[in-house]
Parts: sequence; C-alpha cells; structure tokens
Amino acid sequence: MRGMRIALFMPCFNDALFPGTGVATVRILERLGHVVEFPGEQTCCGQIHFNTGFRREARRLMRRFLSVFGGAEVVVAPSASCVAMVREQYPELARESGETALLEELDALAVRTFELSEFLVQVLGVEELGAFFPQPVTFHPTCHSIRSIHVGDAPLRLLGAVEGLELIPLPKAEECCGFGGTFSAKNSDTSLAMMEDKIRSVQESGARVLTAVDNSCLMHLAGGMRRMGVMEWGDVPGAGVPSSGEGIRVMHLAEILASRKGGAGP
Amino acid sequence: MPTFPASAPAALADEQLRRNLGRATTAIRAKRSAVTGEMPDWEALREAARRTKGEVMARLDRYLLQLEAAVTGAGGIVHWARDADEANAIISGLVSAAGVREVVKVKSLTTDEVGLNEALAARGIQAVETDLAELIIQMAGERSSHFLVPAIHKNRTQIRDLFRETLSLPHLTDDPAELAEAARLHLREKFLEAEVAISGANFAIAETGTVGVVESEGNGRMCLTLPRMLITLMGIEKVLPTFQDLEVFLQLLPRSATGERMNPYTTLWTGVTPGDGPSEFHLVLLDNGRTRVLEDPLGRQALHCIRCSACLNICPVYERVGGHAYNATYPGPIGSILTPQLLGPGRHDSLPFASTLCGACADVCPVKIEIPRILLHLRGKMVEGSRNPWRRVRTGFEASSFQERWLMRLLGWVLTSSRRYRVALRLGRGLQTLFLRHGWIRGLPGYASGWTRGRDLQGLPDQSFREWWDRRRGGIS
Repeated sequence: MRGMRIALFMPCFNDALFPGTGVATVRILERLGHVVEFPGEQTCCGQIHFNTGFRREARRLMRRFLSVFGGAEVVVAPSASCVAMVREQYPELARESGETALLEELDALAVRTFELSEFLVQVLGVEELGAFFPQPVTFHPTCHSIRSIHVGDAPLRLLGAVEGLELIPLPKAEECCGFGGTFSAKNSDTSLAMMEDKIRSVQESGARVLTAVDNSCLMHLAGGMRRMGVMEWGDVPGAGVPSSGEGIRVMHLAEILASRKGGAGP
Repeated sequence: MPTFPASAPAALADEQLRRNLGRATTAIRAKRSAVTGEMPDWEALREAARRTKGEVMARLDRYLLQLEAAVTGAGGIVHWARDADEANAIISGLVSAAGVREVVKVKSLTTDEVGLNEALAARGIQAVETDLAELIIQMAGERSSHFLVPAIHKNRTQIRDLFRETLSLPHLTDDPAELAEAARLHLREKFLEAEVAISGANFAIAETGTVGVVESEGNGRMCLTLPRMLITLMGIEKVLPTFQDLEVFLQLLPRSATGERMNPYTTLWTGVTPGDGPSEFHLVLLDNGRTRVLEDPLGRQALHCIRCSACLNICPVYERVGGHAYNATYPGPIGSILTPQLLGPGRHDSLPFASTLCGACADVCPVKIEIPRILLHLRGKMVEGSRNPWRRVRTGFEASSFQERWLMRLLGWVLTSSRRYRVALRLGRGLQTLFLRHGWIRGLPGYASGWTRGRDLQGLPDQSFREWWDRRRGGIS
C-alpha cells in the first residue's frame, strides 16, 4: 500500500514540547511513499478536559477535531492516549448527549484513526523500516496503548526490526507509570511513588534508552529521572549542556524508528 | 472526611506498609492470573455474569419481592432497612430481644458499611469477629483495608506482637501455623457459647430463597450452623434470579478473589430446617443508597460488584497506598465508583480522581464492570456539579478547585482556536525564561506545583512541530 494521503494529528503537547516526534513520524511515513498532510487548524483532542471531568470543553474540542479531520482518508497520531480519546471517548460524549447523527460521524472517524505503530504494523503491514539504532533499549507499553486501543505487540515488532538495537525486557512492563494526566498534579504523591518504581524497573533492565508510544508518560518519566539524577543530560533540548555519557535517554518510538546510519537522514 | 490526596502521603511514607502490600498483591495477582488463564470459557463466564447482573438491576424490585416470598415461605423472616440506622435498629433490636450480650460474626463488608459493631456496642452488645484477619483488625482497633484480606497491611511479626498482647501469650512466635492455632483456640470457645450469629451474604436466590456465604476458614460455617439464631444483613443488589446462576458466580468468585479453583467453604441455606442449624433466621435487606445508584444507567454497574477484590489487587494506586487512604468501607477502584454514588456528592468527591485510568481493573473484573468509564462519568458529573455555584453550595461538591476550574476554562479557550494556541506558545516561551534552567523547569507555582514537586518539566523548545512544518513547506514551495 503506497501513496495514501495521511492526515497527521500532532496532539497539542507533542506539537509544543516534542516537535522531534512529529518530524520523525513525517519521515517514516514519507519514506514509505505516503503523502503526509498536517491540517494547520488542529489543536487538541480534548483528552485533558475530558479526563479531568470538564466535558463541556471536551465536547467543544471534539467538534473542532471532527471539523478538522472529518474529511481525512486516515488520521495517524504518535500518541495512543489521544487516539483512545478519538476512538473511545468521542462516541461516549455523543451517546451521552443523544446526538445520533454526530455519533455516526464519530464512529466513522474512529475506524480511520490510528496510533502510529498500529498503523504501520496492522494497517500497512510494515515492520522493517530500515532503521539503525545501535543501543540497548527497553520499551514501556503504555496503558492506553495496550488496554484501550490494543496495539498489541506492534511496537515490539517494529523495534525488533531495527538494525543494531538490543531490545531489553522491562520488569513489570505492563504496570502503569503513574502519569494519569492531571492525576500527576492532583494526586502528586501517589503519582510520584508509581513513577519511582517504574524508573527503578528501567534502571534494573540495564537499558540505556527508554521508549514508548506516548510522550505524555515519557515526559513524566523523563522529568522524574532528571530530578532523580538518572537521566542523560545531552537530551535537554536547547540547553547546550554536553552529554554526561551515562544515564538513561528517553525517546519516543518514532524517533528510534526514523534513525538511520549516519544520522537521521531525509 | 479527609480527601484521598490528603490521606495518601501518610500511607506512602509507611515503608513497612508498602512492602507488605507489594508482597501480598504480587502473590495474589500471580495466583489469579494462573487460575483464570486455565479456564477455556473464562470470557464466556464473565459475559454471562455481566448479563445476569444487568438483568437483576433492570428488574430489582421484582426479584426482591420474589426473594422475600421465598425466604418467608421457607420459615425465614425478612426485614427491609432503608439506611444504616434502620438496619442497626432492626439487628440490635433482634439481638436485645434474644437476651444476649455477645454475638459472633462472619466477616461482612455490609455490616462494616452500616457500622453495626459500633451500633451494637452502644447497646452493650459485644460483636466478636471470627474471620482471622477481621479478628486481627478488631483486636488492633483498626479498620479493614481490603475486601478479602482486611489485614493485608500487616505482616506476621506485627500480628504476633498483637496476639502476644491481646491474647496474653507472651511466648508466641510468628510461625503462621502457631498464630492460626492461637486464634483458633480463642475462637472455639466463642463459637460454642454463641446463641446469635450475624453474617453478610454473597448471594441470595430469588427463585428459592437460598442465601449463600463463601469463605476460606470455616469460621463462617461455624457461625452459620451452631447458634440458635442467625441474622443476615445483605445489600439488595446481591440477589440472583435462579439457583443455576450460582454455577457462573461460584466459578468466577474464588478464582478472582483468592486465586483458588474453589473456595474451601460454601454454605447455602434456605430458611430454617427443624433440627438442623439455626431455628430462627432473619434476612435484613439493605438499601442505604443503592436505589440512588440504580438511578444512573451507567453508574449502576457499580452494583454488579461481587466483592472479589481482583481490582484492588491489580490496581497500582491501591498497591502503593493501601485501603485506608480511601477513607471508606469499599476501597480501591470499585470503591472509587461505588462509595461516592452510595453516599452522594461531597465528602468522597476525590475518589473518582484517585486513578490514573490505566484500565487494569476492568481487565480483571469477573463481572466486567467498566470501572474506568464510570470513573470518567463520575468525574464529569462532579465537575459539572462544582462549576455551578448554587449546586456547589447546596450539595457541597468538592471535586474541582477554583484554580483548576479557571485553568481548564482558560486552556479550553486557548485550544479552541489555532491562532490563540500559536500566540499562547509564543507567550509561553517568553514566560518560561523566568523558570527555565538548562532547558528544564524545576519549580512552578499553584496547580502545576503538583508536577514540579517531584519531577522537572521540560521547557518549550524554540520551534514547535507546526512551526517546523510551516518552514519546511515554505522551503519546498
């Protein structure tokens, strides 16, 4: 399957904080011969509001999302939890308000919306992307990716096909990292306790790189690692601080999959 | 009532508690996973249970009247209690009329829910818990922290010390067999002396009037058969239509609860049988908020719960904080959807927010309660309640702080326009220079301080993705 027109959904905090993930996603999809479009009107799926109980705002953002992406052939996003919002929670909002016409539109959108790794493996049937990443890597299967949208082992298959990459199992991999959106601020103590245990598991694995399909969970873990002094310094964006040469790096799956011999490449 | 976030830190700081909980939940998770995984029809059983419970909730009135008729026909006496006070008055009235000062009890969450032991004590009646863990909790003067293993937060050394003191056994060791033997000797006398027993119920069959208790230790069997009078307090949601329904639930419950293929003791009784077991049986049917829960077509799924505690054992939040931080009879994920609905808005509004929505609970629930979906549903209802000033004052909604409400409103306004979003990005980059050190933010005020208390926050890079995209497209064209 080549030459699909793919509408890229770059969720708000990914757009603002993790541009590299979007760049990597574009490179991966274009290398496979597809046309990537980025509808410039897009902002946020409304998950932050919905999960915190603010359904009025979530509803507004849902309608907005539908008007931006409703006409797309397929929508792909490098974030499982945002895809879960579109696929599971949008129809829930429409059912709640009893809007059947809207529900039909949302159901139709839901089946065309994919997380990047599931899109590659389950829709395009691709595992080998020609990536090169000679590092010991461990993978955290985020909750929404495995229990909500069921990406299964798609990310692991993709990682398994990366040249030079040593995939190290993460102890207690399927346990939540403790992020939980505004849970991380409202129930800060519990969130931090879960985070510390997850970071300990990452350290135990012996991997030098931690990856996942959700930057939200990675942002939480990276922030914790930096506070705990176990993160690689060189990853600080725009900090101009030289790499410490030790510690753990945190990277979105897309960035690993886009890596090539001799740099990122076109 | 302290909120969940206010109660969690003390539990999290208790290293012993964290170790005890971690060890216990890890062991029980592995057992559950093994004995559910070996069942080829596990998913079909779960689906059957979900349907049966849905049917019961849809026609609860009919099944309850059928149950009342069947129990009465079999020689039992049925009482209806609208709330905790009514239940306590009925039960303490029955015990007083029997002229006893001490009753034995089978472990029962429902009696905890109504505060029965305290109500009996106020009338000078001592209730003796006979489940080992429940006895430990009673001796320690604590509250249960788990449905099934009320003393899950204690290890055997702590229990040895407690027994040494309360049972006057100064040389007791922490050998589990020795601890159990000490409890057994203490309880045996109580069973033989007791004239009245009080129990809860796992199930009651509308068709036959049969009531059932499922347990592991045999203390329940003693209580249910030896005394002259048996009083059972049961939530109205525990009724099942037919005897054959037990086939499903007696497979689901032990495997989900203790990770056993079958529980050691299942006691079923139908009214009274002359010459066999108690000669007087009272069934007290308790509402206490359940009909209010029933009003919510989605939220009512919380009433499907069979109290197996699989969701507690799998929950990463419960594993870290234990049951006490929930400040409720029903802790853990199911408690977070059940408690606020049973009690109404106000005191327990923080519970639906005490979850990362990781979804592990829904995967293990034997009756397929959509816990994350209901958590979100309740969050929505509560926030809606707390943004209306009149309702906030009238009902005491405490789900969302003033600051959160304004932040969410502002964020919603910004994000409903890509132009406003772009402006906000530029403003953010300017503003962050006040906080930024080497590309990261170490401390933020207000709501965001919850984040920066234990984690750094990555600063906004110089270029967002959409700015990269614009530049690239500009370059190409």
